[in-house]
Amino acid sequence: MAIEVRIPTILRPHTGGEKAVEGEGATLDELLADLDVRHPGLRARVVEEKGGTNQLRRFVNVYLDDEDVRFLGGLSTPVADGATVTILPAVAGGAGGVAGG
Amino acid sequence: MLTLDRHTYEAIVTHARRDHPDEACGIVAGSVGSDRPQRFVPMANAERSPTFYRFDPREQLALWREMDDRDEEPVVIYHSHTATEAYPSRTDVKYAAEPGAHYVLVSTRDPQEVEFRSYRITEGVVAEEEVQVVSALP
Repeated sequence: MAIEVRIPTILRPHTGGEKAVEGEGATLDELLADLDVRHPGLRARVVEEKGGTNQLRRFVNVYLDDEDVRFLGGLSTPVADGATVTILPAVAGGAGGVAGG
Repeated sequence: MLTLDRHTYEAIVTHARRDHPDEACGIVAGSVGSDRPQRFVPMANAERSPTFYRFDPREQLALWREMDDRDEEPVVIYHSHTATEAYPSRTDVKYAAEPGAHYVLVSTRDPQEVEFRSYRITEGVVAEEEVQVVSALP
């Protein structure tokens, strides 16, 4: 068993065009590290370092099954075999700047 | 070139006018690879802001799953600018994540005049394209 990770179109160059890949890990952080071994560069599109700590990029949504992981525990969210993780870049923009955006 | 039917065109403009002075946003879905914008889906702007928009993350997941089930993709992604021209801002370019989509910008700065323009945004490069409004899609 493994964890299925659904990949958005824009990140498929990292997965050889695959819409979904599988990985392992006890937390989202470990899962993304595991994926990065086979799909180099993928993790950096989802995670950034800010002030010495790693965090999810603000305009990339990551879901564990139906839940936005921001409301679960971010990168330390526990993940289990059989779960589905979905990565979806936010649809966002606008005329003005956004604080910290 | 973006070709869309008059009904969809009017629906996008009406949504932009209704949400003014906040930015309005949504998509028009179509069958994968068809380049035919067929299903108008207005979305809530979770930011409720005159200068920024973002789809609500849960609503976005639900919509993307629904499109997956129906073999659809976002053919058009639209939003409004409420005080500036209908041209992609730096923010728009930075977060554009659907290289296959037509990015439609509507400006509602003038209550009389409609500014409706379309762009491709690929890897930070903006290319404007012609907009053709037809009575029905071919």
